[in-house]
Amino acid sequence: MTAAVAERVDARFKAGDRVRVLKAAPLGHVRTPWYIRGHTGVIERLCGAFPNPEELAYARSGKPRQPLYRVRFVQKEVWPEYAGRPKDVVEIEIYQHWLEPAS
Amino acid sequence: MSDKDLGTYQPLTYYQMMEVSLRELLVEKGVITETEVEQAMGEIRARNPERGAKMVARAWLDPEYKGRMLADGSKAAEELGFEVPGLRLIVVENTPAVHNVIVCTLCSCYPRMLLGLPPEWYKSRNYRSRVVREPRAVLEEFGTRIPDEVAIRVHDSTADMRYLVLPMRPADTGNFSEAQLAALVTRDSLIGVSLPNRHR
Repeated sequence: MTAAVAERVDARFKAGDRVRVLKAAPLGHVRTPWYIRGHTGVIERLCGAFPNPEELAYARSGKPRQPLYRVRFVQKEVWPEYAGRPKDVVEIEIYQHWLEPAS
Repeated sequence: MSDKDLGTYQPLTYYQMMEVSLRELLVEKGVITETEVEQAMGEIRARNPERGAKMVARAWLDPEYKGRMLADGSKAAEELGFEVPGLRLIVVENTPAVHNVIVCTLCSCYPRMLLGLPPEWYKSRNYRSRVVREPRAVLEEFGTRIPDEVAIRVHDSTADMRYLVLPMRPADTGNFSEAQLAALVTRDSLIGVSLPNRHR
């Protein structure tokens, strides 16, 4: 007997938490940009829970839905040669299963 | 006249041929009708940046609407009769301290319901790869100089959210009507690569 698939995964993080994006390179359809993998940022907001696009892309249900966050990164930490200002940031939507707590 | 001169005849491209073939097959098999295709095309053409401009002009005039817009962009769009199905709209506000700019580095996600079809440059590899790592240089190419004391916030639409920039209201527009204000709001200012037109 197989357990029913959960509707959604609970949110682990809240606004202000520091998180690190996994430095992983799975095959297939992934919506975590390459340039941000391995970088540390701060949760800007929880956007809600959405079907996992890595499953949806292959005609599966996408359940359980994954919490989606907007994460803010300091540009000078993302691009070593960044020529802008220290306060410049980039904000990216990242699903929870790509994030781990950072101190 | 060379043998290759085709006059006014333009052969279909590969993708045009695919579109025509698929559409005709679907119609022939009764899956869709020509009328439905025409209606869908009409709806796509009806979406244009005037929708986003109207939301911005309303927000400039009505602080309570602006508050609702920043709290839930989708609901604020629906309030003006613009449906935003299947996605959530986040409105990001430009201030004297922060300038926002939108990109989708992975593909070309764009708030089509409010701005219509994206411009070619928005989908280009050049814009998508550069605005995220050298936004100030890219904005300068659009003629937009952001002062050093203003932080730039780039929003990469990688998943289920769509973004709209709420620009700052131009100076000397105190007595403007909503329609007059909306006329100053350009598509590019709603993406964040430029500022609204100045009052002349």
